[in-house]
Amino acid sequence: MSKTPLQFRHNGRDVAIFVDGGTNLLVALRELIGDMTPKFGCGQGGCGTCSVLIDGELHLSCLTLAETVAGRSVETLDGMKQGPNLHPLQRAFADAFAAQCGYCTPGMLMAAKALLDRNPSPSRADVVEAISGNICRCTGYESIINAILAASGGRASA
Amino acid sequence: MAVTVKTFASSNEAATALSSDRTARYLGGGTLVMRALNEGDVSISTVVRASDQALTRIDASGPRITLGAGVTFARVLAERDLAFLHAPARSIGGPAVRNMGTVGGNLFAPNPYGDFAVALLALDATVAVQGGFGSRDIAIEEFLQSRERQSGALVLSVSCTRPASADAFRYRKVARIKPKGGSVITLAAHLPISGGRIAGARIALGSMAPTQIRAKAAERALEGRVLDAATIAAAASAVTEGTAPSDNALGSAWYRREIVGVHLRRLLSGQE
Repeated sequence: MSKTPLQFRHNGRDVAIFVDGGTNLLVALRELIGDMTPKFGCGQGGCGTCSVLIDGELHLSCLTLAETVAGRSVETLDGMKQGPNLHPLQRAFADAFAAQCGYCTPGMLMAAKALLDRNPSPSRADVVEAISGNICRCTGYESIINAILAASGGRASA
Repeated sequence: MAVTVKTFASSNEAATALSSDRTARYLGGGTLVMRALNEGDVSISTVVRASDQALTRIDASGPRITLGAGVTFARVLAERDLAFLHAPARSIGGPAVRNMGTVGGNLFAPNPYGDFAVALLALDATVAVQGGFGSRDIAIEEFLQSRERQSGALVLSVSCTRPASADAFRYRKVARIKPKGGSVITLAAHLPISGGRIAGARIALGSMAPTQIRAKAAERALEGRVLDAATIAAAASAVTEGTAPSDNALGSAWYRREIVGVHLRRLLSGQE
């Protein structure tokens, strides 16, 4: 079966690859581009650890047909760092001990970024809602929520 | 196994491709088809897509609203004119799933998913489909009952009547994990009022049968009556009639039958 050429923007850089029909974006990112930051969790859209931003919108890369991102912008955790410095969200996760085992962290950070890009001052309820598609098997959601609120400067408790 | 991906500019061409190939599946938001491919579903050899703008159109200005099959739940939530559908849309998945999942795809989602279709069933929606035979409108109840045979047809849009008031349409999803868990049961009620009495009651249930169903005995208990405690009790006691829930990890069939009346009573009474 022939491969399909695919070009898109990956963390601000143009990339061109060839994909097999039906390849999902997660596989394309990890195996063809070498960006290992989105993790494979369930492959069913249930855990959120493969979350990426496509044109600024939160998507599950395991459920995204790679071909559908042609000409679009894909952001992953790999592109979150700002030069030599951590992104404020990454810093907050480290400070609040929110990374825990680390497997959910890429998805949590992307979900948090999608939220703060849209709403820089979220309430606690907004944060809970924003990460509701991301499962943390350490079940340490409180530290994650606190980290996101700290990164936003938010002090809301509602 | 690699599949062949066919992308068409028009829904016409996509429908033709879909109806002429038994191994083809239409890819909307990806939450069903990509999941099947990830699980190694070898019955899918071809993935059909359409970039037709009509599939993502929303017409919410009049008394009857139409949602293109490719409209996502995030877009429903962004549309102020669709406020009556916000609760069903918000009850689906997390933000990423709502950014991807579509109105058309939800019609095909098996239990414990397909919550939006429960709301549409209570609203007497019609489903516009296109297949090798041309296009036609099908009542959603008929569509859902024959869902397994609809895989060769392309859903174009779904239309329903806007409820006359916010109180006339009610929705409740019972889930163990909040806010995004799969449904234990899902209930939607459309209760149009004429002359102080219910006229045209519709009660729809999810996860109480192999597909979403109407609770017709409960509807009969409500029809022509005032929505008082006695009417609500009668509807609640009749709601299991015709249901055939199954066991799954979220709840047993027994549990579902036990609680559906309680939740219908709460829904109709306006309780949280």
